[in-house]
Amino acid sequence: MNYLPNILFALILVAGIGYFTKNVKKLIRNIKLGQDLDVSDNKSQRWKNMAMIALGQSKMVRRPVAGFLHIIVYVGFVIINIEVLEIIIDGLIGTHRIFSSIGVLYGFLIGSFEILALLVLVAVIVFWIRRNILKIQRFWKSEMTSWPKNDANYILYFEMVLMSLFLIMNATDSHFQAMDSGNIISQYIVPFFTGLSENSLHLIERTAWWFHIIGILIFLNYLYFSKHLHILLAFPNTFYASLRPKGQFNNLEAVTKEVKMMMDPNVDPFAAQPDGAEVPAKFGASDVQDLNWVQLLNAYTCTECGRCTSECPANQTGKKLSPRKIMMDTRDRLEEVGKNIDTNKGTFVDDQKQLLDNYITREELWACTSCNACVEACPVSINPLSIILDMRRYLVMEQSAAPVELNNMMTNIENNGAPWPYNQMDRLNWKNE
Amino acid sequence: MSELLKVPTMAEFMAQGKQPEVLFWVGCAGSFDDRAKKITKAFVKLLNKAQVEFAVLGTEESCTGDPAKRAGNEFLFQMQAVTNIEVLNAYEIKKIVTACPHCFNTIKNEYPELGGTYEVMHHTEFLKSLLDDGRLTIEGGKFKGKKITFHDPCYLGRANNVYEAPRDLIIKLEAELIEMKNCKKTGLCCGAGGAQMFKDAEKGDKEVNIARTEEALEIQPEIIAAGCPFCNTMMTDGIKVKEKESDVAVMDIAELIANAQDL
Repeated sequence: MNYLPNILFALILVAGIGYFTKNVKKLIRNIKLGQDLDVSDNKSQRWKNMAMIALGQSKMVRRPVAGFLHIIVYVGFVIINIEVLEIIIDGLIGTHRIFSSIGVLYGFLIGSFEILALLVLVAVIVFWIRRNILKIQRFWKSEMTSWPKNDANYILYFEMVLMSLFLIMNATDSHFQAMDSGNIISQYIVPFFTGLSENSLHLIERTAWWFHIIGILIFLNYLYFSKHLHILLAFPNTFYASLRPKGQFNNLEAVTKEVKMMMDPNVDPFAAQPDGAEVPAKFGASDVQDLNWVQLLNAYTCTECGRCTSECPANQTGKKLSPRKIMMDTRDRLEEVGKNIDTNKGTFVDDQKQLLDNYITREELWACTSCNACVEACPVSINPLSIILDMRRYLVMEQSAAPVELNNMMTNIENNGAPWPYNQMDRLNWKNE
Repeated sequence: MSELLKVPTMAEFMAQGKQPEVLFWVGCAGSFDDRAKKITKAFVKLLNKAQVEFAVLGTEESCTGDPAKRAGNEFLFQMQAVTNIEVLNAYEIKKIVTACPHCFNTIKNEYPELGGTYEVMHHTEFLKSLLDDGRLTIEGGKFKGKKITFHDPCYLGRANNVYEAPRDLIIKLEAELIEMKNCKKTGLCCGAGGAQMFKDAEKGDKEVNIARTEEALEIQPEIIAAGCPFCNTMMTDGIKVKEKESDVAVMDIAELIANAQDL
């Protein structure tokens, strides 16, 4: 017996999964470059959010057309991958359709896969048309430069090819067609191959089989380099997302300590910091390492759908701010920092760059109205607003670089307890006016 | 008319050894902005009418720190917060009502961690509760059948999921509540939040308040109802720019109800 295909298969499988694992490790390391954040509270609510939003796609369907098509692709992707299990077993031990022995159920399973494969194919083609022919606005915003645009199309082509290969594989499998159970879709593809010899059919079937599994492995490894990581990260991302009301912005603990000290007349300002409390290296964020790890996870999870940007009042009125770009920039900079660490043997060497200014401009940051439309719109609970706020904090508290009108507003609050220059003693004057 | 307003301060309550039912947090806009002061007065009239024992802090009130925080000045925000909390806690305040969603959000969500935990209500929620308890009645007469749309303030709606109380009140006026294409969870911002109220907008092709005003005008309301002094300013400005002042009024929910009662 010839074991060459089995060995080859095992090698490809190990290489595919091995390289993916290596990149996942890198991904986790990069996310951990972020500041610590305690998200261990309220587990049951977190599981519920994950079940509803990631598993249940509850926020996708707010846009019914895209939502419906996405559910087809999502369900298809998850279910058809059961077939991959069979392919792997067949490939490793040299069997052919090892599960077919389970009889009627097998036909039912493959039949459902075939229907789903066709639906996925149709959905993906509609997605491609929406992007490239209908040119839906959110796919053509200025941050959608050549790579993000191509990336999105490559993923669609991948899915088209994988689904086609699956159907062709079934259509040219004469054993499977002879079973005449489960070939719901592929039987209609069979006529395209009539007149071919048994050998040619077998050759096509084998080719489709190999390309299908190799394609899946390539796709798996493409994830890390593409915007498509959401298929995995949507789950942890919805789990770790904030549970607080959207209007509640975090209070910086380091600031609380200083403020309490300033307000307390009994405190000795020269005393050592109690219980190992550290003053942070900087207030707010100017680079990715200043953000917390959930914000960095957010960046990797973003699939650049642009729902946030299309809902953003600043973006809608022609300002430079795009919440999607905030996430894309954060990820790009994080990747750059990660590569820097790789080339410098595990330590980050200052590259005279940072997220602020080199990626995200001040003009973008100051255009935000903090309205939370982007946060509400995200189907996988990403929060671009929290990054904008942390970067504003850096600008104001580290650089005193707020727009001049805002400085006036803040001076007023400091001096007379209102954003306008009115005397606090006049606060009740309205009563007698 | 103003002499009819009863606006006791916390200090006065304290002097009498009494505790009010609720503290009315007026806010900076409500205290100083000419347009917003009218909202404050309308709300006070309703409180007086319903015989609510309320008090204000008066000169002891200070900015919650919301615009400073959203602008990135966490120091200033926390200084304001801690100072206000000291005052509120000294008076043993339990319940606060405010007509400003920014004050509402900040006190409700951001003060507890800093030592100030209170029951906080937006004035529309409070008015709704007065109505439910039968302490206040609304006569629709004046607004019967009028087309009114409600502009959701971001810090009331998306930020805190309060969508129904203001709408319930409009319906109680027997008005025809009409919705803009972007409303509730997808409501479009007026452009004032995040400290934008206090600065010029960045370069773009339109002002946010104009975009929102256009959305409102699309459905041809007679009144745009607001629940936030800043939204009110932005929408009023938008209507002026569009030269629709004679067709469309921008009014706070409290003003609508007070107006319906001829208060």
